[in-house]
Amino acid sequence: MSHADIRPDPSNRWRSATAWIFVAPFLVIFFVFTAIPALIALIYSFTDIGVADIRHPLSVNFTFFATFARVLTNAGFLKSLVTTGIFVVIGVPLTMAIGLALALALNSGIKRLRATYRAAFYLPVITNIVAAAVIWQYAFTLRGPVNTFLASLGLQGPNWLGNPDMAITTVILLTTWRNVGTCMVLFLAGLQGIPGDVYEAAAIDGASARRRFLHITLPLLKPATLLVTVLMTVSYMNIFDEPYLLTKGGPLGATRSVALWVYEQFGHGNIAAAMAGSYVMLVIVALLGLLQLRMLRTAS
Amino acid sequence: MTSEGNVRGAALLYTALTLVAALMLLPFAWVFFGAFKSQAEILAAPGAWLPRSFTDFSNFIELFERRQFGTYLGNSLVVSGLTVICNVFFCSLAGYALAKIAFRGSRFVFGCVIAAMMIPYIALFVPSFFIIVQMGLLNTLTGIVLPIAVMPIGVFIMRQFALSVPNELLEAARLDGAGEFRIFFSIFLPLVGPAIATVAIITFLNSWNYFLWPLIVAQNQDTFTLPVGLAVASQGAKSTEYGLLLSGAIVVLLPVLILFVFLQRYFVRGIAATGLK
Repeated sequence: MSHADIRPDPSNRWRSATAWIFVAPFLVIFFVFTAIPALIALIYSFTDIGVADIRHPLSVNFTFFATFARVLTNAGFLKSLVTTGIFVVIGVPLTMAIGLALALALNSGIKRLRATYRAAFYLPVITNIVAAAVIWQYAFTLRGPVNTFLASLGLQGPNWLGNPDMAITTVILLTTWRNVGTCMVLFLAGLQGIPGDVYEAAAIDGASARRRFLHITLPLLKPATLLVTVLMTVSYMNIFDEPYLLTKGGPLGATRSVALWVYEQFGHGNIAAAMAGSYVMLVIVALLGLLQLRMLRTAS
Repeated sequence: MTSEGNVRGAALLYTALTLVAALMLLPFAWVFFGAFKSQAEILAAPGAWLPRSFTDFSNFIELFERRQFGTYLGNSLVVSGLTVICNVFFCSLAGYALAKIAFRGSRFVFGCVIAAMMIPYIALFVPSFFIIVQMGLLNTLTGIVLPIAVMPIGVFIMRQFALSVPNELLEAARLDGAGEFRIFFSIFLPLVGPAIATVAIITFLNSWNYFLWPLIVAQNQDTFTLPVGLAVASQGAKSTEYGLLLSGAIVVLLPVLILFVFLQRYFVRGIAATGLK
C-alpha cells in the first residue's frame, strides 16, 4: 500500500487504536456478561456460596468439589439430565425431519404461493414464547379447543398438561412448532446450493426419485444437515422457556430440564449448586458442539 | 412421467403443504378468536370456535386499565428501542473494524465474537445476575438492556456485510487523509443499509421476545416487560382467565406480526446469516 509508505508508523498505530475503540463496546459487554460470568461460575462452583453472600462475594468458603459432588449425585439434577436427554433425542430428529420435508416440498419446483407457505412455516419462529405458551395452555386444557375438536370426532382427548407422559409430549409439540421454521430455512438454503444439472444427469440415467434423494440430495445436503443438528441440539439442550411456561417443570417434575433445575436452585438461594449445575450443562453443550463441528469440518 | 402424473403430483403437494400450513397457523386462529371471548364463552362446553363478537374489546380495556399492561408495553418499547439503537451503532462499529481495518488482535476479537455466539446466555444467567446486583442495576431497565446492548450475532452480520464493501472506496478516502471515524460515517454506513436493517430486525426480535433475563432482573411490576407481565399473569391466581391472557398474548404478538408482514426478507436473511457462518 502506497499509503503506508507516505505516513509509515504513526498513522498505522493511530488506525490500530481507532480499531480498538471501535470494538471496545463489544469487548466490554463480552467480558462483563460472558467471559467474567463464565469465570465466576467456575470459581464459585467450588464454594458454598448462598443467597446471603451475593452482596459479600469475597467472604465465602472454598469447599472444592463438594458442590459438584452434591449436584452430580442429586436425584433431581440427574432426573433433569435424563429429561433434557429425552427432549434432545425426540425433539431434534422430529424437528429436523419436518423441517427437511417442508424444505424439500418448497424446493420441488412449485412456483405459486411458495413465499406464502414459507412465511406460514416461519411465523412460529418469531412468535413470542410467553404468548405461544399462553395459547398452548388454553388450547390444550381438558376442555379447550383441541379436546373439543377431538370430541367432535368422537375421540376422548387426553389430559395434555396434567399427565406426566402427555406433558412432555405437549412441551415437545410446542418446541417443535417453534423450531421447524428455522430448520426449513437452513435446509432450503442448502438445497438451493445443489446445482440442478446433477439431477438432470441422474434423471437421464434413469435414476428414480427415491434414488436421486438418497444418492444425490442427502449427501450434498450433509453440511447443512450437520449445521442444523448443532443448532437444534444446543437449543434443545438449553430448553427452559417452554417447560417453565407451559408446565412449570411438572407434573411431578416430568418436564424439568437442567436449565429449569438451575433456575429453581437459584430461586431457592442455592447459588453454588445453580452455578455448578449450569457449568455441567455448559461443558456437555460445549463437548457436543465441538464434536459436531469436527464432523462438520470433515464433511465439508 | 406423464403430464397427468405431474398434475396429480402437484395437486398432492399443494394439498399437503396447505394442510401443514393450516396446522401451523392454527394457534394464531385460537389466539385471535379466544381474545374476544368472555370468561363465560371460554368455559362453555362444548365451546364455539368463533367469539360472539369481534368488536368487544373489554378484555383489552381490562388489561390496560386494571392490569398495568400499559406500563409493561412502555417498558418493552424502551428496552427494545434502546437495544436496537445500541446494537445498530456498536455492532456496525465493531463489524467495520473487524472487516476493514487490519489491526493486531483482530483475530482475538473475532474469536470472542464466535465464542459469545456459541455460549448460550441461559448457561450464565446466575453469575450475570450477580454482576448486575454488584453494579446496582437490579430492577432497572438499564440492567435488562446492558447484556444485550452489543449482540455478537449483530457484530458477526455487520462484519460479513462489511467484507463485501470494496476496499478501493475506503483506501481512496484514506489517501485523501480522511480518518477512520469519517470513513465509517460518511462512506461505510451509507453502503450497508440492508445490513443495518437486518441487525435492527434481529435485535428487535431478540429484545422483544427476551424472557428469562428480564424475569430475574425485573423484580416488581414497574420494571416488568410485556413477556414477564404476561408470564406472571398466566401463573398467578387468575391463570384460567384465558380471554384476558389471550388478549395479552395479542398485545405481545401484534408488533412482531406487523413487522414480519412488511419486512419478511430481512427476517429470513437474519436466520440464514445466523446459521450459515
